[in-house]
Amino acid sequence: MKKTYDIEVDCANCAAKMEEAAKKTQGVKDCTVNFMTLKMKVEFEDGADKDSVMQEVLKNCKKVESDCEIKL
Amino acid sequence: MTKKQKIMLCRIIITAVLLIIFQFIPIDGLYRFFLYLIPYLIIGFDIVKKAVHGIINLKPFDENFLMAIATVGAFVIALINHSGDYLEAVAVMLFYQIGEFFQSVAVGKSRKNISALMDIRPDYANIRNDNGELEKVDPDDVEIGSVIIVNPGEKIPIDGIVTEGRSTLDTKALTGESVPRTAEKDDEVISGCINMSGVLSIRTTKEFGDSTVSKILELVEDSTSRKSKSEAFITRFARVYTPAVCLSALALAILPPLINIAFHNLPGWSDWIYRALTFLVISCPCALVISIPLSFFAGIGGASREGVLVKGSNFLEALSKTRTVAFDKTGTMTKGVFEVNDLHHSTLDKEKLLFFAAHAESASGHPIAQSIRRAYKKSIDETIVSDVEEIGGNGIKASVDGHLVAAGNSRLMEKLGISCIDCHSVGTIVHIAIDNEYCGHLVISDTVKESAHEAVRSLKAAGVRRTVMLTGDLKRIGEETAKRLDIDEVYSELLPNEKVEAVERLLSEKENEKDIVVFVGDGINDAPVLGRADIGIAMGALGSDAAIEASDIVLMDDDPMKISKAIRISKKCMRIVYENIWFAIGVKFVCLMLGALGIANMWIAIFADVGVMIIAVLNAIRALVVKRL
Repeated sequence: MKKTYDIEVDCANCAAKMEEAAKKTQGVKDCTVNFMTLKMKVEFEDGADKDSVMQEVLKNCKKVESDCEIKL
Repeated sequence: MTKKQKIMLCRIIITAVLLIIFQFIPIDGLYRFFLYLIPYLIIGFDIVKKAVHGIINLKPFDENFLMAIATVGAFVIALINHSGDYLEAVAVMLFYQIGEFFQSVAVGKSRKNISALMDIRPDYANIRNDNGELEKVDPDDVEIGSVIIVNPGEKIPIDGIVTEGRSTLDTKALTGESVPRTAEKDDEVISGCINMSGVLSIRTTKEFGDSTVSKILELVEDSTSRKSKSEAFITRFARVYTPAVCLSALALAILPPLINIAFHNLPGWSDWIYRALTFLVISCPCALVISIPLSFFAGIGGASREGVLVKGSNFLEALSKTRTVAFDKTGTMTKGVFEVNDLHHSTLDKEKLLFFAAHAESASGHPIAQSIRRAYKKSIDETIVSDVEEIGGNGIKASVDGHLVAAGNSRLMEKLGISCIDCHSVGTIVHIAIDNEYCGHLVISDTVKESAHEAVRSLKAAGVRRTVMLTGDLKRIGEETAKRLDIDEVYSELLPNEKVEAVERLLSEKENEKDIVVFVGDGINDAPVLGRADIGIAMGALGSDAAIEASDIVLMDDDPMKISKAIRISKKCMRIVYENIWFAIGVKFVCLMLGALGIANMWIAIFADVGVMIIAVLNAIRALVVKRL
């Protein structure tokens, strides 16, 4: 399953860091962050609970880029 | 400007004002240090915080780290040397933030610019509720087969068929075509068009998620996530580059003083550390990291404004290396509709001949008959037509205005014992006889699009070496058309799978590995071929989902001129990308050398960092301007 989220981030490099962090989160199969359109597209593993996974994703993203935001 | 940007602007202004005031305050020693610490913290606290954060998370090598270490270092040196020159450290941070601010505003501007072009997302649909009143609902909730009402000035939210009303539609946002289309009862309309004049009732044929407008938005929003080779290069480059620069800076700070000590000279620590810090400021890779994706983003945005949807930066990049273009014929280079193109050997006035032909064919639903009626243009008086007799597969006989009219192929004429004049033109020939007297024939054929010839010519001008036409049509027709359009080669009477083989042959005949083979088709039966070519371009794809899925680039209108335009857009974009790569790397490299030799001071370093970035970003935005290409 795929879902797109709006994000807030200041620089292209930070967006790349978020992408990497999100990819490493458990329950996330794949993720692309598009800095230009400020969108994060997440593909979830089968059977994953997307809300709790996204909480983890947000936490991991905050770790690498403290002032990023994902609109859940 | 967003709130964040406004706060940043305030911080920049306060810092700049403080720095100017401080130039007139004669204060020395530690007090001076603390005084300068105030603007430094105002402008740079977040950078320092992020740098510390990065170190704690064991990911220290980013631009925050570079800036924090360089400025803190400059402070410490000034403190130890008692030079009191704290201005530099604050200035570095100030200009770095100005650069970041500028970049954020520029990206925000072009983001807005592009999303404005793509402002086709309908927010609501009007539906008549049980009381007969209009109600605004979320288009997602509208079921297939519902009737929606679209008022003038509103966007059509969902694909459907007009059941009532007549209006003109503005399709500019979808096709880049500024001439409005008319829509009346039973016409199919696509979502994303703006209703200009009348109220339309539309019976929906698709769900919102499957409608044209949703498909297009998804396509555009996803496009920049397919990274081009240049972007991938920059990401890889930045990953290696930052640690490498940090290590070099460290070496620059430590090794020369150690060597000096070994040779019993003065170590000169502060001088070398200062050089190392300059080195760090210069090295910040921001200019590259931001300007390359921005160029692609702008290029794709500019292209979509012209009705060319590019599905990814990688395709935009590849398109610039196009050497071979293969076309489908029907629907791509021709209109795909039959028209009366010629009248030969007419013994009557042409208008008169068409009058008889159109009336004789007035009752027939055959496409050929329809095209003859279209060519007549005037309305048909059915009361003067009688005794219509269709002669299966050969033509028609009828009495028109008291004359016996026969219209059909040469076999019909043979049957009636009328000698007819053969035709050498390509197409379907309809011979006309009136009162058993031969009166000439009509040539009915698929017409070549007006811009097709010019399109082929401009492709050659855009660097395409080989043009090929692949068609399922008859050899004679294929060759005729190719000759008229100056297309180099033609392969005709191909079945869909043979078209794939033909494209594979073209792929194997490339002169150079990097050359690109493009296939342009109208997408209805060309999906496998579109997928097989390096780049598949679908034409006039509005409403054809298969084409949007299978192709890499979608031309929103039917104009073949857009092929060469797309190539020119991609060439301009790639030129800008390479300009930025060479300019940024070149300037940085020179400044790094100067910094290592001690010639460049902090101020040059600031230019190499912020100045280069601003120039590169401005250059990148040029990719958005493609109107006159």
